Amino acid sequence: MKKLFAIIIGIFIICIGLAYGSQQLQKSTGDTGNKVLNLYNWGDYIDPALLSKFQKQTGIHVNLETFDSNEAMFTKIQQGGTSYDLTVPSEYMVEKMKRSHLLVPLDKSKLTGLNHYGSSFMNKSFDPKNKYSIPYFWGTLGIIYNDKMVKPGSLLHWNQLWSKKYRDDIMLVDSARDTMGFSLISMGKSVNTTNSNTLLAARNKLVKLAPNVKAIVADEIKMYMAQDEAAIAVDWSGEASEMMGNNSHLHYVVPTEGSNMWFDNWVIPKTAKHYKAIYEFLNFMSEPKNAAQNAQYVGYSTPNISALKLLPKSVQNDKQFYPTQKVIDRLEVYSDLSPAKVQQYNDLYLEFKMHH
Amino acid sequence: MTKQLKALFYTPYFVWLGLFVIAPVGLIVYYSFFNINHQLTLANYQTFFGSGTYLIMTANSVLYAFLITLIALLISYPMAYYISKLKHRDFWILLVILPTWINLLLKAYAFIGLLSQDGLVNKCFELFGFGPQQILFTNTSFILVAAYIEIPFMILPIYNSLTDISSSYIRASHDLGATTWQTIQKIIIPMTLPGVKSGVQIVFIPSLSLFMLSRLIGGNKVITLGTAVEEHFLTTMNWGMGSTIGVVLIISMVVVMALTNTKKKRRQTIW
Repeated sequence: MKKLFAIIIGIFIICIGLAYGSQQLQKSTGDTGNKVLNLYNWGDYIDPALLSKFQKQTGIHVNLETFDSNEAMFTKIQQGGTSYDLTVPSEYMVEKMKRSHLLVPLDKSKLTGLNHYGSSFMNKSFDPKNKYSIPYFWGTLGIIYNDKMVKPGSLLHWNQLWSKKYRDDIMLVDSARDTMGFSLISMGKSVNTTNSNTLLAARNKLVKLAPNVKAIVADEIKMYMAQDEAAIAVDWSGEASEMMGNNSHLHYVVPTEGSNMWFDNWVIPKTAKHYKAIYEFLNFMSEPKNAAQNAQYVGYSTPNISALKLLPKSVQNDKQFYPTQKVIDRLEVYSDLSPAKVQQYNDLYLEFKMHH
Repeated sequence: MTKQLKALFYTPYFVWLGLFVIAPVGLIVYYSFFNINHQLTLANYQTFFGSGTYLIMTANSVLYAFLITLIALLISYPMAYYISKLKHRDFWILLVILPTWINLLLKAYAFIGLLSQDGLVNKCFELFGFGPQQILFTNTSFILVAAYIEIPFMILPIYNSLTDISSSYIRASHDLGATTWQTIQKIIIPMTLPGVKSGVQIVFIPSLSLFMLSRLIGGNKVITLGTAVEEHFLTTMNWGMGSTIGVVLIISMVVVMALTNTKKKRRQTIW
């Protein structure tokens, strides 16, 4: 007993010591006057080599902090007490932050790289004229299939998911908006539908999909697909590229009739202080060479057209992650729905889950 | 002991009770009367009891919680009985408690590894020529894994009440001519009922709202009230509705407690 007690005390002291030590280390490299930039980004969503390159070029040190959900980031910025200079919300969150007066408009006269961005990725409904945001990465919602179980090239449309062939074969990502969304698209409706009858019809159509649904899971979907657990999954392109890195039998399709298009965007939150560093950083990240390096590191689709041209041909011509303009034109961005509509989407989705 | 000294001893208890029991429950009840626009309303309760979805979900949750508790009990009782008879019973009971030291999430992932298409269980099936079966994402696998996780909490109270039985009762029973089965039926089971009841209480309530397992192992094929609470708090941000479900869960817990307690009191008066 005494020994156990001594061990516990020992572990405790070592932990405290290490924590103190790392705190000291961070302090020494941290806040050094005006030459800093406080970046608040998703985990592992920027090439660290670029951050050191930026520091070498400009002498500005980047402090990187990470979050794992839009909502967590929103709460932290809203509650204040932080001094983040830049953060990366998804498109619907840009709209929400804008409405909550948490964003600072971009000073376009200080931005030099905007001409590199493709016109399909600018001036979207969530931020007209890009008053507050610059796109960072974009992607789609689509279908991932395993060529051991599904004939390559045979699965092209949302409606095919309802085929009897795929009984108990499909995994869905546990998200009300996306699941209701592809059901709406399969009926030729918009993913931002607010008409109650149409939404009800979308739910009824989903109920018919239930026999084909093997499971509705969250992040684990990546692991399951990599392990050949299911033939088909509906998930985002970013997740798909990660799965495909672990299992070469997986392929990603954006159905030609349309899908959702998502964006992660640079924005300046109200908490920002180092404006000079912010614009230097945004311009640095817009430089095609740097954007291309970052896209290779992260593996998502870059909206920076000049950067895309610097990427290997195999990436540029990859229809899975850079679909043709015709498909891009059919992609729809989620708009921020009213809380009542969000509730309705979720209630209908819950009803579908009950049936499945 | 002076009055002040006494106060010193019971204040921590009341502070604890107030901060971590009464305040959270009070907040849940308070939130349950607000809709998504922060207006005072009874609409949440109306939605809950007026919509088939939530009622079916409640029925579902109760049914699964019942099955989980039943299976846990059926496995735990004989196990506790035999462990209490063993020579090194402290060691064996330690082995039963050991899995509770591992985080629930890790255990769930371990089960995914065991039950998946090319997991260990399917490998064994193949040895006997059954071919790979779909085990993950079935109701059976959900109930079994949940029962596995709850078993230590069921065994412990039963084991404690078994070891509390004085061996003289057993000897007296045998001396009076009772068979082993009669002894178990007339002496051991009635005397361990309090342990069984606390085991049922500890297992049944958490089983009503196992949202993580129902997703990881059940693939959301099993929808319990926990799933709905998670959704209301994390995606729709409708804390009012989530709290309403919480209140229903708390009330059902009180009901279960009340049902299991009255019987205990009656038995005590008989003795």
